[in-house]
Amino acid sequence: MELYDFVSIILIGGMIVLAFIAAESRDLLSASIAMGVVSLIVSILFYMLQAPDVAITEAAIGAALSLAVMIFGIKHTDRWEKK
Amino acid sequence: MKRIIAITLSVLIFLIFMTAFARVKFGNIALSKYFYFNPVKKQMTRDSVPSHYLKEGIKETGSTNIVTAVVVDYRGFDTLGEVTVLFLASIGVGALMYIKREEKRKVREANEIVKTASAFLFGFIVLFGAYIFVHGHLTPGGGFPGGSVIASAYLLLYLAYPKYAADHSKLSVLESLAGLTFLVTGLLGIIFGGHFLYNFLPYGVPRYLFSAGVIPVIYVAVGIKVGSELTGIVDSMMGVRE
Amino acid sequence: MIFYAASLALVAIGIYVVISKRNLIKIIIGLDMIDTGVNLLLISIGYVRGGTAPIENGNYPLYVDPIPHALVLTAIVIGVSVMALALSIVIGLYRHTGTLEIDEIRGLVK
Repeated sequence: MELYDFVSIILIGGMIVLAFIAAESRDLLSASIAMGVVSLIVSILFYMLQAPDVAITEAAIGAALSLAVMIFGIKHTDRWEKK
Repeated sequence: MKRIIAITLSVLIFLIFMTAFARVKFGNIALSKYFYFNPVKKQMTRDSVPSHYLKEGIKETGSTNIVTAVVVDYRGFDTLGEVTVLFLASIGVGALMYIKREEKRKVREANEIVKTASAFLFGFIVLFGAYIFVHGHLTPGGGFPGGSVIASAYLLLYLAYPKYAADHSKLSVLESLAGLTFLVTGLLGIIFGGHFLYNFLPYGVPRYLFSAGVIPVIYVAVGIKVGSELTGIVDSMMGVRE
Repeated sequence: MIFYAASLALVAIGIYVVISKRNLIKIIIGLDMIDTGVNLLLISIGYVRGGTAPIENGNYPLYVDPIPHALVLTAIVIGVSVMALALSIVIGLYRHTGTLEIDEIRGLVK
């Protein structure tokens, strides 16, 4: 198995675990931060698939602007999800 | 009960699409298997659309970055539609967050290290974003990442100085002028060439800054427009603060 | 092969979150997951083994397919604008009724 396959399997495993944390957590702030880290790992995968334009766009939008808009939305409403 | 239906449906969709995608080989050279008669070359060939863009792209458009050539020249009308969708979303957010202006919020400023560092870094980040969209036809990047980097520089300024607010009248003037530049460039193509978004400026030598005709002009307009729209969205979502 | 499975798993988890959760902001997080999964799927279809980035430099024989890059570049920016518009509607709904659960807004559970 080459180094390329080894690194991509580790990154994809971490991404699926973080997606489960974002789906099942009661704290909405933890869920949105987990979604930001998923966007960061997807940006690294875009770079490994030889697409530099898309990697810059996903890193600047998914990890900075989308996360900031989400946290502003949580600030105007509740933070904890009811049972 | 709803959970069981949801789990069943998602696993079913995963399995159906996985059996369909198991036949598509990952990383195949993907030459097409079919011969067809090409009326331009008048012979039987095996060409496909991506191989035509990669071979003739630098001769027909003059730009080194093939993704830029596809976004601005071969598919320029879709970029105009996308800029319109961003414009509509920015108007919608600004209109919906306007309710109840008399309810203000108390904010607290950041400490000295954050204030000094973000005031120092703001100019460099805006310069980096402008570098990305000016060199869009030579290096990876273009209008959309450049505008997003400029909007994130303004986000840094909002987080360090929460009482600061960008001037909405100047932002809207800048955005309207950039959108008008895009449209006027397309309409001038009808006068000079015969169809919308015709490339009428000279092509020049490839790999130089002043080359590729009308592509740098369109990308500078798109970069400024996207940057000011995303800044407007961030400013509206912060709400009213005293 | 494993890239297809990863992106389809993201889409499946996103569909599960949209159907079965009750909090409105959780549903918007699920919409973002579906967007990200579909973008990853589109780019991993156009990959060629041994190819390089589609920027012309004159001495490389194989390039990666450039058409999916143009489609995904547009889709990422539209995804963030749709999320911002959905969040502003949710904030307006919270100011009007005072709650964020869809059962209480419809009047089924007091």
